[in-house]
Amino acid sequence: MKKIPRGLKNISAAALILVVGVAPLAGQEYRAPRGADGKPDLNGIWQALNEANYDLEAHVARPAMALRTGPYGPVPAAAILALGAVGAVPPSLGVVEGGEIPYKPEAVARRKQNQQDWLNLDPEIKCYLPGVPRATYMPYPFQILQNASALTFVYEYAGAVRNIFLENPGPAPADSWMGQSVGRWEGDTLVIDVTDLNDQTWFDRAGNFHTDKLHVVERYTRTSPDVISYEATIEDPNVFTRPWKISMPLYRRQEKNAQLLDFKCVEFVEELLYGRYRKHPLNE
Amino acid sequence: MIEEVRDMPNRIIFATSAIGMALGLSSLTALPVASQVTNTAAGYDLPRMPDGHPDLQGIYDLATMTPLERLPGDPPFLTKERAVALQSAEAARRAKDNEPSPANRPAPPVGGDTSPPKSFFEALEKAGGGAVGGYNRFWLNQGSAYTEVVGQIRTSIVVDPPDGRVPPYNEAARKRIAAARATPASTAHERQDGTAQPPGALDNVEQRPLSERCLLGFGSTSGPPALPDYFYNDLHQIVQTPNAIMILTEMVHDARIVRMDAQHLPKSIRRWMGDSVGHWEGDTLVIDTTNFTDKTRFRGSTENLHVTERLTRVDDKTLLYRFSVEDPDAWDRPWTGEYTWPATSKPIYEYACHEGNYALASVLRGARRQEAEEAAAQAR
Repeated sequence: MKKIPRGLKNISAAALILVVGVAPLAGQEYRAPRGADGKPDLNGIWQALNEANYDLEAHVARPAMALRTGPYGPVPAAAILALGAVGAVPPSLGVVEGGEIPYKPEAVARRKQNQQDWLNLDPEIKCYLPGVPRATYMPYPFQILQNASALTFVYEYAGAVRNIFLENPGPAPADSWMGQSVGRWEGDTLVIDVTDLNDQTWFDRAGNFHTDKLHVVERYTRTSPDVISYEATIEDPNVFTRPWKISMPLYRRQEKNAQLLDFKCVEFVEELLYGRYRKHPLNE
Repeated sequence: MIEEVRDMPNRIIFATSAIGMALGLSSLTALPVASQVTNTAAGYDLPRMPDGHPDLQGIYDLATMTPLERLPGDPPFLTKERAVALQSAEAARRAKDNEPSPANRPAPPVGGDTSPPKSFFEALEKAGGGAVGGYNRFWLNQGSAYTEVVGQIRTSIVVDPPDGRVPPYNEAARKRIAAARATPASTAHERQDGTAQPPGALDNVEQRPLSERCLLGFGSTSGPPALPDYFYNDLHQIVQTPNAIMILTEMVHDARIVRMDAQHLPKSIRRWMGDSVGHWEGDTLVIDTTNFTDKTRFRGSTENLHVTERLTRVDDKTLLYRFSVEDPDAWDRPWTGEYTWPATSKPIYEYACHEGNYALASVLRGARRQEAEEAAAQAR
């Protein structure tokens, strides 16, 4: 059976610090501009600049997200062969603290299955809402609208939206794709507790997954005029042996006319999802 | 299916007054039309943001009993007594709908209930659900009061033209709409005559209404102009910062971000809800929206739609929303509407439409199945 290269398995802690240490550590020297309530001002349009959405873990480049066995190693699966280099996976030293996601042994098989059936299973392919934390490091900008009494995150990808409650409303009535977010300030760090997420989203295109027991705690700290240091602690006792953490800088979009545009990908996946139900299906 | 309700306004042949008469209520009293509506209540101390502009933030429930267009025969305004009577009658109708169905009730008539609707909302519900019925009362969350602007209880959101009706389409629009009817492409809402599905409407996914495809909510709930959808999920949230003001539409979680004191996008960049830029005129937020896609098609308009919205805080619990619409390719004159946005303490929950859209595939599959069965029957 084909073996998908997982890349660098034992990345050194020092290398990781190099990766995540692009931004200065939280709380050092830099003092962010304040809103009227004295809290750091996070308003603006931000975006991750990394390969986390391909695979949170460290990995070497590979020919494609979906692979098949070739005579001398994996080659792109037939369904995406035509994409050539555009469909390849760029390498990354990873964003997972400690290098590897601490899966329970039984969960590893599920991830492998997710990878092998990526084209059918990755919710991003169907333009489904990305969940948290994946929304943060999708390769699209997002906008924070913040003041003393309201806090909202709007993501360009799929028009996902999160209202961040500033007072805990109690348990959500139902699980949802983007979960329920409750924010608070710890010093100059915005801490968002995310619960009531459903089990339908993934962490990345590499099949890293969770169940509805997922609990995410995000930390947003401004570390320079144009950088937010982002951390997310991820817990799911069904899948992981312990809580684990990702971290990355988020950058302010520098363009003078930076703004979110429409990425209503629902329209773009209609042929994939419904094309076979046309009266006259398009030719293969 | 629910998209069909957009066809309704011109089909409704009864008036609020007729309903009133049917209910044995006294006749309606017309009030003079206010030529210019004032905004903030006298003596009201506007809450303000740190930048000094009025605080428009909150969650608002746009649901109202006031239709977009005045029903034929209605006066522009209702007396308080009349409004209360009509609201009570509608509440009673809904309460009756909520009663448990008798266990021994007979089967519905063959072909469904085709009796004429007796009220505006009943007509909408029949249009939305067809003769066989759609959502029952549990799923509906409609307005329970008429919109009241400067003390006038309104029978239409449209205030200009003064007859409370959207102007008739111009010649270009009539031709375009007739052509669209012949080859449907997400234009069900252009079928103002309320005819059945045009031929071929189930051939391709692109021919289904935008709301069925989870691309926008139905009934121009997202707007602009943001209108009540008269069924459910009418909540909108405003979050305000100095440079950007968000108007979130509950349905299909569409966040429209108004860029303050900014230039419009180049004409080549088209957006589903248009490109919105804003500025303050005194204590009124003015939003100018252009650059619509040619697929948005608000009430049969084109990508040249231009919407101007004005939001003013009236009191702690109410915003006044006024809008003007123009599109030279649809109407020979601009038209204007206004209604209040009452604040609500209800939260907005996630409206994950596309993720659970089993109906769209089933609608198309059903059509293919029907065709196969018909072909098989013909072959026999």
